[in-house]
Amino acid sequence: MYQYNETDQTLVEERVAQFRDQTQRYLDGKISEDQFRPLRLMNGLYIQIHAPMLRIAVPYGLLSSRQLRMLAHITRTYDKNYAHFTTRQNIQLNWPKLERVPDILADLATVQMHAIQTSGNCIRNVTSDPLAGISPDEIEDPRPYCEIIRQWSTLHPEFAFLPRKFKIAVSGSQNDRAATQLHDIGLYLVKDNSGAVGFEVLVGGGLGRTPVIGQTIRPFLEKKHLLSYLEAILRVYNLLGRRDNKYKARIKITVRETGLEPFKQLVEEEWGKIKDSLELNLSEIDRIKNHFQPLEYESIGNDDTQFATRTENDADFSNWIKYNTVKHKIPGYAAVYLSMKPPNAPPGDISDIQLDSVADLADQYCYGFIRSTHRQNLLFADVKQADLYSLWKQLDSLNLATPNIGTVTDLICCPGLDFCSLANAGSIGIASEINQVFDHLDYIHDLGEIKINISGCMNGCAHQSVGNIGVLGVDKKGVEWYQITLGGSSEKDAALGQRLGPAVAKNKVVQALSIILKVYTEQRHEDEDFLATVKRTGIKPFKEKVYAAH
Amino acid sequence: MQLIKDKKVSQNDWQHIDNSQDIPDGNITVTIDHWKSNQNAFKGRQGKIGLRLSSEDKTEDFEALLNHFQLIALDFPAFTDGRLFSTARILRDQLKYQGELRATGHFIRDQIFFLSRVGINSFELAESEDTDSALAALTEFTAKYQ
Repeated sequence: MYQYNETDQTLVEERVAQFRDQTQRYLDGKISEDQFRPLRLMNGLYIQIHAPMLRIAVPYGLLSSRQLRMLAHITRTYDKNYAHFTTRQNIQLNWPKLERVPDILADLATVQMHAIQTSGNCIRNVTSDPLAGISPDEIEDPRPYCEIIRQWSTLHPEFAFLPRKFKIAVSGSQNDRAATQLHDIGLYLVKDNSGAVGFEVLVGGGLGRTPVIGQTIRPFLEKKHLLSYLEAILRVYNLLGRRDNKYKARIKITVRETGLEPFKQLVEEEWGKIKDSLELNLSEIDRIKNHFQPLEYESIGNDDTQFATRTENDADFSNWIKYNTVKHKIPGYAAVYLSMKPPNAPPGDISDIQLDSVADLADQYCYGFIRSTHRQNLLFADVKQADLYSLWKQLDSLNLATPNIGTVTDLICCPGLDFCSLANAGSIGIASEINQVFDHLDYIHDLGEIKINISGCMNGCAHQSVGNIGVLGVDKKGVEWYQITLGGSSEKDAALGQRLGPAVAKNKVVQALSIILKVYTEQRHEDEDFLATVKRTGIKPFKEKVYAAH
Repeated sequence: MQLIKDKKVSQNDWQHIDNSQDIPDGNITVTIDHWKSNQNAFKGRQGKIGLRLSSEDKTEDFEALLNHFQLIALDFPAFTDGRLFSTARILRDQLKYQGELRATGHFIRDQIFFLSRVGINSFELAESEDTDSALAALTEFTAKYQ
């Protein structure tokens, strides 16, 4: 994990001091609401229905146990004893007081954390694959490049007032677990014909009101040109992006209106002017890479007979292994998902007690590291197979071992109308209803891999347009209705879901989902998962049954 | 109007001239259009001439003109419009403009540090702004990544 040096630490401390001063001047009436808004947003602070919401950056989803304990402390001291993990691997606090936010930031700075650029029209926290560095399918660990981009983009003086927000994701694997194609810039680590590793650069992806899948602007970029190429794209966008309409201001619209080829020409022309003056030298890459060296794994191999016996004899443990653990590139190790989608709590929420306990377990079983995932769960990336049983027991007692990763109840859900001032409809309530109806693990497991994403408005924070099943809350004359889409994906085969038909009433949503899943079980070929079935059959059989019932 | 130039409170001796305005003596800034349409009018007068750029102005519209001017003013239409931050970098890094680069119009005190980092070295402040606070803004950060 990256450790701050003196410059990094000074920078976050100076940012805390700056924000403290800005907040004080706002409270003293020396800066207006309009002036303060972008300043606070650039530090992750929203004004919501009940209270401000503070979004804390978790760069590419990596956390230490020490940081987790500080977060627990912060939720106890300044908030209501819980935190919420987002789809961009960040953390949100829903109840801080504006005047205490500078103190929260000061506490975060003591553990090398901050809220810089977690909102606002600037370059946001860079996200990545939660399995980075441990997945057998990886070309190279993306995290050093994420960190390089984090540093370059942090307080970048030129790009703090962009037309709109700007998100970058990096994936080291072609099996995309970072929704890379749905970012303003998506980077895949790839090999060229000579075997050299560089980046495929995608541009113009994004969700929100007009979801668009990113397009390749450069099939191969040498590593040394990473920052100059990003800078060229950002500069062209900053100068060209629309500022007359915030719904047309994202780079996806700039690329669409300009055309990919002309846009690419502008970028390449700009890049030609700056690429030699902004080279990323190899020693800098190596310096950052040193922070992400493989851990000191023991050589233990896979033949653990006790583990085999336990999985055979304990069906609950075996289920958990099947759904909540994934293969590690080192034999004898596994990565473990901590499910934050138990039947009885809002998706992605975690209490102070859980945070502290997870920190302890990370110290005991996972080198003191924790990761947050795009699907709002946590991950212990490096657990010895021999420890899985005792870890499972302890996670189970913390309500973090629901064996549902990748299943119908592992849903992504935004805070919705309960918290968010943008929302048109509730989303947590729908999630809870889904959990009540799909309460039978055998059925959930039989349904297999299905990604359900629920957003309370068309801003689409829960990525409903790329959910295998997407649920979007809309407001019709003050009543909450929900549009359902099928067939979306945020992975390598990224696709936008197709609308099933007219929106359904709130009390019919879960019924509609039940019918959809029943149609799937009738239509599927043997091992075919939900997405593959929808792709093969189209939405027609689903549509017929759902609307026949209404 | 107050001025900070090269990290000091300074006297302003420039005025910004609208396209339709009569051209006075003294130091003035003009728009690209004004300059292009009326070059002869600026000959033989007393005082220096500066170019005043807006967010809408494109590099190709002014890059060939720079030699004529002793100051370039970047006129911010709204503090949330960040285009002129890029214009400043292009002027300094690519066009190698070394003269005074001034921020004017609707920018705020909290942008002064970033504005200075993209190459702006003078700032026209509204009367309501506190010059001490603006000077302090120039040194808010000692650490930087870029």
